[in-house]
Amino acid sequence: MPVVGIESYAAYLPSVRLDRAAVTGALGSGRGRGERPVASYDEDTTTLAVAAARRALSGRGTTPDTLWFATTRPAYLEKSNAATVAVASGLPAETAAYDVGGALRGGAGALRAGLAAGAEGAVVVGSDVRFGLPGSPDESGGVDGAAAFVLGPDPVAELVGTASVTSEFLDRWREPGATRTRTWEDRFGVEEYVPLVQRVVDDLLGRCELKREQLDHVVVSLPHPRALAAVTKTFETGQVAAGAAVGGHAGAADLGLRLVAALDAATPGQLVLAVSAADGADAFVFRVTERHAPTPTPPSPTQQVSYADFLTWRGLLPREPARRPDVKPPVPPASRRSAAWKFAFVAGRCTECGYRNLPPRRVCLRCSAQDAFEPVSMVEVPARVATFTDDWLSESVQLPAKVVAVDFDGGGRFEFEMTDAVGREVAIGDLVSPTFRVASIAANGVRNYVWKVRPADEGGN
Amino acid sequence: MATHKLANPVAIVGMDCTRFGEHWDRNVDDLLVEATHGAIASADGLTLDDVDAFWLGSMISGVSGLTLTRPLNISHKPVTRVENMCATGSEVFRNACYAVSSGAYDVVMAVGGEKLKDAGYSGLEMPSVPNDGTAPVLSAPAMYSMIVPAYARRYGISEDQVKEAMTHIAWKNHANGALNPRAQFRRETPRETIAAAPALAGRLSVFDCSGVADGAAAAVVVRAEDAHCYSDRPLYVHAIAMDAGSGTGRNDSDYDYSELSEAAVSSRAAYEQAGITDPARQISLAEVHDCFTPTEMVLMEELGFSERGKAWRDVLDGRYDRDGALPVNVDGGLKSFGHPIGASGLRMLFEMWLQFRGEAGERQVADPQFGLVQNQGGSPGDLVSAVTIVSDRRP
Repeated sequence: MPVVGIESYAAYLPSVRLDRAAVTGALGSGRGRGERPVASYDEDTTTLAVAAARRALSGRGTTPDTLWFATTRPAYLEKSNAATVAVASGLPAETAAYDVGGALRGGAGALRAGLAAGAEGAVVVGSDVRFGLPGSPDESGGVDGAAAFVLGPDPVAELVGTASVTSEFLDRWREPGATRTRTWEDRFGVEEYVPLVQRVVDDLLGRCELKREQLDHVVVSLPHPRALAAVTKTFETGQVAAGAAVGGHAGAADLGLRLVAALDAATPGQLVLAVSAADGADAFVFRVTERHAPTPTPPSPTQQVSYADFLTWRGLLPREPARRPDVKPPVPPASRRSAAWKFAFVAGRCTECGYRNLPPRRVCLRCSAQDAFEPVSMVEVPARVATFTDDWLSESVQLPAKVVAVDFDGGGRFEFEMTDAVGREVAIGDLVSPTFRVASIAANGVRNYVWKVRPADEGGN
Repeated sequence: MATHKLANPVAIVGMDCTRFGEHWDRNVDDLLVEATHGAIASADGLTLDDVDAFWLGSMISGVSGLTLTRPLNISHKPVTRVENMCATGSEVFRNACYAVSSGAYDVVMAVGGEKLKDAGYSGLEMPSVPNDGTAPVLSAPAMYSMIVPAYARRYGISEDQVKEAMTHIAWKNHANGALNPRAQFRRETPRETIAAAPALAGRLSVFDCSGVADGAAAAVVVRAEDAHCYSDRPLYVHAIAMDAGSGTGRNDSDYDYSELSEAAVSSRAAYEQAGITDPARQISLAEVHDCFTPTEMVLMEELGFSERGKAWRDVLDGRYDRDGALPVNVDGGLKSFGHPIGASGLRMLFEMWLQFRGEAGERQVADPQFGLVQNQGGSPGDLVSAVTIVSDRRP
């Protein structure tokens, strides 16, 4: 079998945190300890995926053939979110981009599909926003985030083998568009999941002629906390430590986030087992190669969200809006014409004078040369605050909206809403980095995706 | 590039302006009828039938010349609707002047009117072309608030000093408006109240913003040589100039938000037409586009009234107060007279009409020589500006 595996990978966690004590404080019941990552008001599963995919793809010379995007809360149905992820991640039009939408198991399925692409290469992104009714386990135990893997023939972690088993039973289910995920009683899940994991792990280790004690890192993704605890107990503490650091269930991103954590802790030669259990089970064994030189994303500054704001962001606490005109949605033909600019943040660099025109245009705003432009991605160009203001009359959810005029090193200026900067002082000259976000969702359901900027010390993209 | 004074000078022989404000009881038709009939009534011996052509300015209150012909019940006349954002009122007047000066018509009416208060929102909603949603969405106060840190940095003063000048401008224009029966806001407001108001955008509070109002204004324009047939005190036009920038400032890293170069260019062209070499001394009073208080401050420099970097000081010294060396916005300005977009440029001219006829009451400025009207549309870096210079002396 030709070599295939993980060539690069990245995780993205939003910078917002919800203090679980704030939930129990508001609802008057439950046990709240610690905090959980929360997608900001301008993030959805698509933008989280772009942030992770951009990181995983950064600095690579080649681009994979296929993109697989898994989530249980797709931004759109019918319209592909994978296409948005592919374009906003800077992948070429020749990329085949597919959605694996709906089921939790899509996270593992996308990974399997990506690995099956072999030498052609694939990028796999799992992304989710986890919530439920106020007071639900999904609300307190969820993690919002995304993980991306670039798969191909030059791996840092080579695939040793996979095994899967499928089982039809209802442990958890949610109707399309619903807030609440329903579950059957707790013990049913334990008794279904634990033997499934046992079976798939035994099957895989048998095929690979490996013993449990040879595994250096084990990650288990399981949406059922009691079943997860029972499965985890069947491994040594040292084996499961790294993958458990995720601290909650991240839906279709869960397997990926745990695998990223394990890979960050792994050294060449080590074996990593990744198991996902949902409506069956999938198991993967990777052997870390000599190419592996982990560069974990440094922890970013975080910001707290109040429980009331969290509920409002998730649509669970509608509040009286400001007296403003309705948000106007972008129109599809205009967005289509400017797709490279709108989604991939590609400017036009004038070949006559070198100035970058944001957005691209026919006539250079500096030298008036006509139709003399080359497309240039602005995503990784160092950018600094030229001037700024606070706008209390903005359409933004976050008031005041911090608006910054940004100058790009080597030429180019654009005005952005600064995000992930609540309570932060902004100063002229501050470094910022572009980030793909949702500006607004109009009454017709159209999401206005735009590039904003965030403080550059937060990892970028 | 050449701009020239009008080959055949023109004059205003009749004007009127409605009260500006929240006219819940009147629509744009009512306002246009009031302003046009009033302007005709103020010209001796003219009726609407004598007007050969009309130019109508409105940004959002109606399309085409029919917006004017229907309520006035006029027919078979050339009527043109023009729009140039908040400079629409001046653009109407400019085109009317050209029409008369060219000899094509003998009597032309310039009329601007706007009904903003039926929108249901306290701000101004700009009409927008369907688009890709990527243009920055700043409120108008936010766009103009960018002036404050930029100006402070450019001239090495603190933002607090700029704010002090802004507060003075708001105080001055409220005090002036208090004396004007047509103004939207007629209450003097203490500096302390203005300074303490909560921010809307950057350092701007509601007191730094113009009033959103309904209103209309109209002027009757004839050749200067005919002016005395219709008025014993006509107002002569010495210059009309306008300048549209490339609108790229907000995408150009060389652009400094404290600069309104379109105002400077349009005023220079106007000074040349009028033969004015020292505007700071030769202009007796000015109506300028104080859409937001920092705009008025910067305009003092762009129009050549203050040295670069010194306007904030001149403002605080009272140079532009009603009793100062160069009174600015003695009618209350956009700040307290209100800003019905299509009418504002003509409203500024209306104050000149009153002042040069000695009819400005408590606001009367003694012995004016030249009056300047500056009216702009857009935002810093994305601007059009029009300048008109008038006097009671024939050019």
